[in-house]
Amino acid sequence: MLQIYCPYCKEERPELEFRHAGEAHIARPADMKSISDEEFEGYFFIRSNPKGIAFERWRHVHGCGRFFNAARDTVSDKFITTYEAGEPKPDAAELAAKSGEADK
Amino acid sequence: MSGANRIAGAGRLTPARTVRFTFDGDIYTGLEGDTLASALIANGVHLMGRSFKYHRPRGVLGAGAEEPNALMGIERDKARRQPNVRATVQEVFEGMKAVSQNRWPSLGFDVGAVNDLFSPFFAAGFYYKTFMWPKAAWQKLYEPVIRSAAGLGVSPDEADTDHYASRYVHCDVLVIGGGVSGLSAALAAARTGVSVIICDEQAHPGGALAYETGVAVNGEPGFDWAVETACALAAMDNVRVLTRTTAFGYYAQNFVGLAERVTDHLADPGPELPRERLWQVRAKKVILATGAIERHMVFANNDRPGIMLSSAARKYLNHYGVAVGTKIGIYTANDSAYETAFDLKRAGASVEAIVDCRDNPGEGLLSKAADLGIEVLTDHSVINTSGARRISAMTVKRNRGGGSRSVAVDALIMSAGWTPSVHMFSQSRGKVAWDAETERFLPGEYAQDCTSVGACNGTDELQASIDEAVAAGSEAAKATGGKRAAKPKLKGTGAGNWSGGMAGSTAGAGPDTTVKAFVDFQNDVTAKDIRLAVREGMHSIEHVKRFTTNGMASDQGKTSNIHGLAIAAEALGRDMPEVGLTTFRPPYTPVTFGSIVNHGRGKLFDPARKTPMHGWEEDHGAVFEDVGQWKRAWFYPRAGEDMHAAVNRECRTVREVAGLFDASTLGKIEVVGPDAAKFLDLMYTNGWQKLKPGRCKYGIMLREDGFIYDDGVVARIAEDRFHVTTTTGGAPRVLHHMEDYLQTEFPELDVWLTSTSEQWAVVAVQGPKAREIIAPLVEDIDLSNEAMPHMSAREGRICGVPTRLFRVSFTGEAGFEVNVPADYGRAVWEAIWARAEPLGACAYGTETMHVLRAEKGFIIVGQDTDGTVTPQDAGLSWAIAKAKPDFVGIRGLMRPDLVAEGRKQLVGLKTKNPKTVLEEGAQIVADPNQPVPMKMLGHVTSSYWSENCGHSIAMALIADGRAKTGETLYVPMPDRTIEVEVTGTVFFDEKGERVNG
Amino acid sequence: MAEALAARPQYPLEGLVAGSAQVQITPAAPASRLALRARPDAVAPLSKALAVKLPQKPKTSARGTAAKTKSRQALWLGPDEWLVIDTDGADLMAACQPATGTFSAVDVSNRNTAIIVSGAAAEAVISSGCPQDLSLKAFPVGACARTLLGKTEIVLLREEEDVFRVECWRSFSAYAFAFLAEAARDPMV
Repeated sequence: MLQIYCPYCKEERPELEFRHAGEAHIARPADMKSISDEEFEGYFFIRSNPKGIAFERWRHVHGCGRFFNAARDTVSDKFITTYEAGEPKPDAAELAAKSGEADK
Repeated sequence: MSGANRIAGAGRLTPARTVRFTFDGDIYTGLEGDTLASALIANGVHLMGRSFKYHRPRGVLGAGAEEPNALMGIERDKARRQPNVRATVQEVFEGMKAVSQNRWPSLGFDVGAVNDLFSPFFAAGFYYKTFMWPKAAWQKLYEPVIRSAAGLGVSPDEADTDHYASRYVHCDVLVIGGGVSGLSAALAAARTGVSVIICDEQAHPGGALAYETGVAVNGEPGFDWAVETACALAAMDNVRVLTRTTAFGYYAQNFVGLAERVTDHLADPGPELPRERLWQVRAKKVILATGAIERHMVFANNDRPGIMLSSAARKYLNHYGVAVGTKIGIYTANDSAYETAFDLKRAGASVEAIVDCRDNPGEGLLSKAADLGIEVLTDHSVINTSGARRISAMTVKRNRGGGSRSVAVDALIMSAGWTPSVHMFSQSRGKVAWDAETERFLPGEYAQDCTSVGACNGTDELQASIDEAVAAGSEAAKATGGKRAAKPKLKGTGAGNWSGGMAGSTAGAGPDTTVKAFVDFQNDVTAKDIRLAVREGMHSIEHVKRFTTNGMASDQGKTSNIHGLAIAAEALGRDMPEVGLTTFRPPYTPVTFGSIVNHGRGKLFDPARKTPMHGWEEDHGAVFEDVGQWKRAWFYPRAGEDMHAAVNRECRTVREVAGLFDASTLGKIEVVGPDAAKFLDLMYTNGWQKLKPGRCKYGIMLREDGFIYDDGVVARIAEDRFHVTTTTGGAPRVLHHMEDYLQTEFPELDVWLTSTSEQWAVVAVQGPKAREIIAPLVEDIDLSNEAMPHMSAREGRICGVPTRLFRVSFTGEAGFEVNVPADYGRAVWEAIWARAEPLGACAYGTETMHVLRAEKGFIIVGQDTDGTVTPQDAGLSWAIAKAKPDFVGIRGLMRPDLVAEGRKQLVGLKTKNPKTVLEEGAQIVADPNQPVPMKMLGHVTSSYWSENCGHSIAMALIADGRAKTGETLYVPMPDRTIEVEVTGTVFFDEKGERVNG
Repeated sequence: MAEALAARPQYPLEGLVAGSAQVQITPAAPASRLALRARPDAVAPLSKALAVKLPQKPKTSARGTAAKTKSRQALWLGPDEWLVIDTDGADLMAACQPATGTFSAVDVSNRNTAIIVSGAAAEAVISSGCPQDLSLKAFPVGACARTLLGKTEIVLLREEEDVFRVECWRSFSAYAFAFLAEAARDPMV
């Protein structure tokens, strides 16, 4: 069972309190009604599923109830960082460097 | 007398404290603190089991958790029977019943032993190769025979009467292993005040100190020091000492599972003690002090009862006071076996010879052996053994040729060296590294915040182990906030030399294909099996393992993995690290299902949710159905009624008089805030801005892809407050879905969501007399049609209790849903019932609710929809607000496939024979005579007998269904084909007049 | 007429007791409860109206200061979310009426029920099913959190060193109670 740092509760909590909620930083188009089929496909169906650093949404569902974002390494299964919903996407290269340090 | 082989004055058990137990029905006497293995050996019993494949007679190999052979069934009573218990771990208790396994009809005479004679046919990969043809024979012939001949032990066939305890615990430092290294580390950490847990799988602390009797710590006998240290630690507030506790799994972020055996050693534990306690530990730092496991020698017929590991023999002698034989042979590639020989000799046993396959044993050993009068044969091998149910002789031969000679022995003690126990380290995802100098795998790259100390880290010297452990304990404490404290000063002396050793087969394993030199005792894997695997093309150790099953038994190859790897490497002509080590996975030793399931069985298997009216429903004979975790009243049979009759009566009564229905399980969400209507506009297809306070509306919620996700009635309580209802099963996911959009897509909206599902108990009163029933109970609300028409909501009081009263209907009848605070649910229900019953109304359950709504063509999300149905498909286009710029699903609905012709649409079906009730899920075709596979047009989603209509009714999703209205279609069933007519979805009161009362 | 009709409440877990020499498990007395959500502009007005300072720090709670709000506690559940409990049964909906600012108050008095776990083994019993660190260091007196107990969600509040209040939804209370009672069977807790 992982420990996940909740950016709202400001501490690590057991994974059981959390629920995964898909890929992060996929903004819902503001002009939803007028987007093309291709744009809708990109928004709704296509996900990056990377090997390495993935940006994910999580919800502290059995805790503060907040959705937040996380950068997690899909190879090591380690959370690199978590941050509040609405914050900008961190730079993946910087995170990779950080994660490499964390491993040492 | 606790056995003829008990040596007076040896060991630590108290001779007076005897324990009687049975093994295969025979009564034996052991001593308190004995393991089953030590007690049996004390009584001269070496034959303890039969091997898995060849059914060869086997005795104990070890004295601990690594034991592959001596697996037994332990019985307390019929329900409490545990198979595959290691006799070397199980302590004896008064009245214990142990039975041997894997033999028939008896351990001494086992029919399965003929497998041994046919063993040339049972080579590695035998099962994969042999039982392949004909295909049908696998199921009918091979499998049943193999299944009954194989398998270890018999599982109990009654429910376990024991209970199990569970604890999540967080600590600063977890020390795994209570030997000299673990205790030293724990002591160093504990002094700084940090929280420490130290666990050991054995009944006593001390690890190898239990048999290494020459060792002293700070001048005190090693074992005494260990016990005193463990007691001192246990007395500290910040330390928890757990014995009989196996760390079985090491998971991410220092999460470690411990299984503590609480009562397995007790004669009469009483009902309150849990049998086992599962500890789920989260440690800031983990110190691995898991020691090392001795390897056996691989040579011909190395598996006879009486042949065992040197450390085991020494533990039986020095801890249990049991001599494993009177005429001892030693076969070793390692110095530590000499100490065993010396101890046995001093205890009065005759040591016939020490056979050392090396030229030069460690310093001083030869002279010491000479002093004790023990013959040492260096550069010799044991090439064979004999004896039926116990070894009687070993055949010894010089390595560089010459004749062989037979030496009569009744026990053969062997040691090929020590394997550092890196299991937990490997489970933590650490990478082991090959140490070429000492030829062993040691902890290499760490993946988690842990440290290895002592023998598991390849540290051989006693003082070095202690120093390393003290340093690790101090550092772990420092890192986790420990106070400054003096490091414990520990001086270890008198340890024997454990260096030396070999891996792989010895000269006695022979190239001969009929020689059985066992590598893995539990799975009967021999050296030649591994060579065969390599010859047949298995070049990776992972393939060799699976092909031969080496290391795949319940002991997970604790004694066999390194030998198997060495033999494979030799056959491949490659170095061991190139061939690789298989990955260790949890559990380290088997864990009972009881521990893992723990509290989660019986009524604690899953929460059973009950409404406030549940008790009344029970009292009135309701039959319940499970809807998710809810128990819902299904129907209320009266005397002599079956389900069909009860449901028919309930259906009739509601339409003719009235009925009471417990709708408390409906999901409810209070949507509050200035932007509440704006938010609902985004979440539902309908428009909410214009809905006036005091009015209700049926809402449909879509997913972004345009498919129906949920539905329900929404009441506007005030400008900024809505009372949203969801389906019973959908409540949590709908709230999650709404929170998701609110928090992450529309965070600027000033609105909040609160689940009120359980705040309100809901009594639905439906039928022509609904108003008459509740009117006298209601205050402050005008219930007249004019003042409170269909789809309105009012706040007031009922029975003196605040209510949200909704004029809504899921039956098509005039009706009310009475929401009251849940504490008053039952009282209000009873008050309404007191009015309803004399008027001829009934209570009805979910089955009647389903029939009545189907008569009206109302859908149930999840039954008439399946995640691929749009509002248009379901005939609900009217519920989509056309002018809204946005709502969840608006774009999905415009997708090409969703606007295409020929989609499945929800329609009604009437069977040509009105008595025939269709099966839900049945497929529908246009032409029943077409060849199979037929073209399916769709399927039946809901189907019931309608007492009110006098015929069966059904709904179905059918391609282009609405255009087929009036057409005849067919429902092919296994025994007949049913003719149906496509109709509209409303079967009763088509004009919908009754709802207005 | 209303008086004559007055319905009598029926509380979940009524009459149940469980535990051992080291731990007592009892249903809490009925209480009024508010699910409170607020924008920052409403926090001070609500604190004033309720006479209890809404805590801003995660995992903390606050108790009412006025004489008549000593029975009142506000539990931080999320960054804009509090559970307000009044064990005297005060009308909390009415109490927050005068507050200005943007907020949502929903009466959940009957949605939740509570179990009091007290005694030397209280922490150990809850730790049987709650994965959080409940040591005094990590979860001191006054700490509160929404979390899990076995297979059900709870709100946990440490009222004293060895007294916990376990709030759960009504229909899960029988499960939560039975779970705690089962956990309390372990004499070593």
